[in-house]
Amino acid sequence: MDLITFGVQLLNAIQYGMVLFLVASGLTLVFGILGVINLAHGAFYMLGAYLAYWIAAVTGNFLIAMLAGVAIAFAVGLLLENVFIRRLYGRDHLAQVLLSFGLILVIDEVREMLFGKDVHAVAPPAWLAGSIQLTDNLSYPVYRLAICVFCLAIALLIFVVITRTKIGMIVRAGAENREMIRVLGINYDSVNRYVFAIGIALAALGGIVIAPISTVFPGMGDGMLILSFVVVVLGGIGSVAGAAIGALLIGLTDTLGKVFFPSVSGILIYLLMALVLLWRPNGILGRREV
Amino acid sequence: MSEIRRLPPITRRTLLSGAAGAATLAVAAPFRSPAIAQSAPLRVGLMLPYTGTYAKLGKFIDDGFRLRIAQNGGKLGGRDVEFVQVDDESKPAAATDNMNRLVGREKVDVVVGTVHSGVAMAMVKVARDTNTLLIIPNAGANDATGPACAPNIFRTSFSNWQTTYPMGKVMAGAGIKNVVTITWKYTAGAEMIGAFAESFTANGGKIVEDLTVPFPEVEFQALITRIASLKPDAVFSFFAGGGAVKFVKDYAAAGLNKTIPLYGAGFLTDGTLAAQGEAAEGIKTTLHYADNLLHPANVAFLKAFKAKTGNDGDIYAVQGFDAAALLDIGLTAVKGDAKARDQMIAAMAAAKIDSPRGPLSFNKAHNPIQNIYLREVKNGRNDMLSIAQADVDDPARGCKMI
Repeated sequence: MDLITFGVQLLNAIQYGMVLFLVASGLTLVFGILGVINLAHGAFYMLGAYLAYWIAAVTGNFLIAMLAGVAIAFAVGLLLENVFIRRLYGRDHLAQVLLSFGLILVIDEVREMLFGKDVHAVAPPAWLAGSIQLTDNLSYPVYRLAICVFCLAIALLIFVVITRTKIGMIVRAGAENREMIRVLGINYDSVNRYVFAIGIALAALGGIVIAPISTVFPGMGDGMLILSFVVVVLGGIGSVAGAAIGALLIGLTDTLGKVFFPSVSGILIYLLMALVLLWRPNGILGRREV
Repeated sequence: MSEIRRLPPITRRTLLSGAAGAATLAVAAPFRSPAIAQSAPLRVGLMLPYTGTYAKLGKFIDDGFRLRIAQNGGKLGGRDVEFVQVDDESKPAAATDNMNRLVGREKVDVVVGTVHSGVAMAMVKVARDTNTLLIIPNAGANDATGPACAPNIFRTSFSNWQTTYPMGKVMAGAGIKNVVTITWKYTAGAEMIGAFAESFTANGGKIVEDLTVPFPEVEFQALITRIASLKPDAVFSFFAGGGAVKFVKDYAAAGLNKTIPLYGAGFLTDGTLAAQGEAAEGIKTTLHYADNLLHPANVAFLKAFKAKTGNDGDIYAVQGFDAAALLDIGLTAVKGDAKARDQMIAAMAAAKIDSPRGPLSFNKAHNPIQNIYLREVKNGRNDMLSIAQADVDDPARGCKMI
């Protein structure tokens, strides 16, 4: 294998890890900071992809589909938090698992009513549709490069908001001790609401950006949900930077494993998780007890 | 018809014992005639996926089956037909229970099903245990007409082996020497790639590398880059449904469709062309059907199917249609008396059907003998290029009936 193809494999790994990060960072907010085990996270990823397909089909514009899809997911997130999720804070995990599993069933049913169960393809925006010629027989899709750049920008945005702004400070502090936040006179309930909605919006955004390269199909969120939990646990629960590192590690392991050790590629990421947790039981950047 | 359904089933014994006072019966027909037993409709169990990923396939099989019966005036072998529908949801875990319900409680005379191979193999097991007549209108698992074959089990679709074996010779004949194969790591993938490799290597070709991804994963980018670095003469692949759409689009997006021709099992481009769009142009596949078969049986079938359902017929509809045609041949041979099982099976095994797909007959393992067509995607259709191999007969390895 020459250097260029190895480089392209690295690019594949990073691109895969970036999308994983987008979805997993949403889960990190909800699971790591709000403490809610949201099994429906993958369902929102799927819903995002279907919304993107549907809005792109109606408007003929992927960017509109992207913005509208995220906005709808955000609104749905606010609504769900207000009606259901806020009853879960501090409840035991069984209640959270049951409710979020119920949400999966409902979302799946709604998806079938609105969009049916067919497989759909979504076209990327025309100006991102081509490929870049790398060698005489290998070109790389521009859209995949764009995903890398876009996800990196989102990652930086999340990182800056969490670590450098007052909102981020409140969120982080609230995750440690929410009574203290209340005593300081901050309306922590509304902060929770937005954190949850942003988490859902990130899941949907992941589904939207992946739609043009993954096709849109029922059940597409199932695998993503499992991987997202792996990323969150690997990186350290509650740490957005940890999620980024975890996602990149998984992207690398999965991609390079498929190419160089195809016979065991299916178990490599779990092997990686086991090794990392032996080394750091709370995850790479985890500080709190799990 | 509903009046008769409520009566207990009439066997010849009860008929004889009750016949003494039944003068009208004596007038109506001689006792030895099965005509009276025939007045009860034939119960057909349709066990197909009506929901889930394969729902559309199940519907087309169902529509094709009913179309053939409607063309027969609503009868099979002269008998009225009543259906018991079961949605198998393509869930192997529920397959045995569903099948037992059809056979045990619903007391159907014949079961027609299904699409998913895992479900079909569970149905085969129950059919063998209970000696129920089973016609498989899609699932391609080699075992169903291999080690698990039985006189009461027929298939009107294909074996996985059958669909791809002819491609090995075609590709070797086109001067292709080195091939990379790629598929999902599960039974159907292994069977289809295996059959291709069998004939390709026998004709002097070499498999450079077998690439697989876990089923049903759809992230192929890493393996596509791997293909580019291996630089084979061609790629042979099996994917279906959403995975096929994704693979074909990724392959084209990497620019490989211009340098390394893509070949595959027909499922790669059947039912998926609309979503694949231009990325699929030029892909060559083998299957027992093509979109432009022009012989009269297919032309008439497509016209009738469109008129009845409003949809364009496809291979799944054809397989359902042929399942009913096969059943009709069996029942006609015994004048509708499904209890005369041995004669009925003998007639079905000897059936020669003028199918929309072309001539169709059956081997000793009850798997179809049929033409496998070489097709190429042109303007969003799977156009036939040639007959890749005529009258392809599955070797039915492990079947004791051969």
